[in-house]
Amino acid sequence: MVDKIKKWLELFAAQLHEKKTYLSELDSAIGDGDHGNNMARGADFLLKSLDQSGDTSAVFKNAAMALLSKVGGASGPLYGSALLALSKKAGETDDRSEWIAAGAEAIAHRGKSEAGDKTMLDVWLPVQKALADGTLTHEKIDAFVAETKSLKAKKGRASYLGDRSVGHIDPGAQSSGYLFHAFLEAGADHA
Amino acid sequence: MLIMPEIGILLVSHVREIGDGVLRLLKEVAGDVTIKAAAGTEDNGVGTSFDRINEAVTSFEEPRIWAFYDLGSAKMNLDLVSETTDKNLEIQDVSFVEGAYVAAAMLQANASEDSIHSELKPLKIK
Repeated sequence: MVDKIKKWLELFAAQLHEKKTYLSELDSAIGDGDHGNNMARGADFLLKSLDQSGDTSAVFKNAAMALLSKVGGASGPLYGSALLALSKKAGETDDRSEWIAAGAEAIAHRGKSEAGDKTMLDVWLPVQKALADGTLTHEKIDAFVAETKSLKAKKGRASYLGDRSVGHIDPGAQSSGYLFHAFLEAGADHA
Repeated sequence: MLIMPEIGILLVSHVREIGDGVLRLLKEVAGDVTIKAAAGTEDNGVGTSFDRINEAVTSFEEPRIWAFYDLGSAKMNLDLVSETTDKNLEIQDVSFVEGAYVAAAMLQANASEDSIHSELKPLKIK
């Protein structure tokens, strides 16, 4: 199982590198423009963290610590908290929808955010639901990401823009989309 | 004789120079209070670092630490550190510069905790 998890995080890191410019462009529209760079830097350390040995819980924990230390913006503590929650949950169950539910809960707690605030949570929550129903596909993930476009931001720097945040994809939702594409691609969505 | 304050001050900012600058300002009025800054990322970029904050928190000799921060994501990292550290980390949701300044000056003057909190109250930001 641990190999699939490592593959998942490897693919995620590769996507973050590949889409670095696009993520920063999204963030320039409604934030401070650093999401691509921050996540790419985190991705380098995330990859390094995969060299350490350990079970699935340890892999998630090492990845969390890498993102916490190296991603300077809000996405560091948000992704870090989510991965710490996955680390804990993976020690209790193999049920992937429970893992993602724990991750979403951690993001909501850390960011004091809820569904509809135009954050990464607006991808994590519907992904969790689709996963529980056994209906998660790449197309659905893209749709969840695209749906953040019509939302008005209520958290983070984007919220200062008010109505002008409408019409833009949330960068954290987009990077979470990459996370879940990698999840499916690596076959990490089942034990 | 001045009693050693049991509370230290931690300044968390996205920019190293802001942390250093506020620290310098506070030292003007609070030479005997332990004040530390954890500002910027580890490569001194803009942002905050869980590791840097955690190291600063661990290095205090005082049993209690009052933390002041500049932006929301600094607070997220502080929250994470406070959930994982053994130290008594008290995050102050007040204006960064003025809040930390008032607290430092009053700690230096051995003001009571109640009186410091009542001075900080109008500086609350959320």
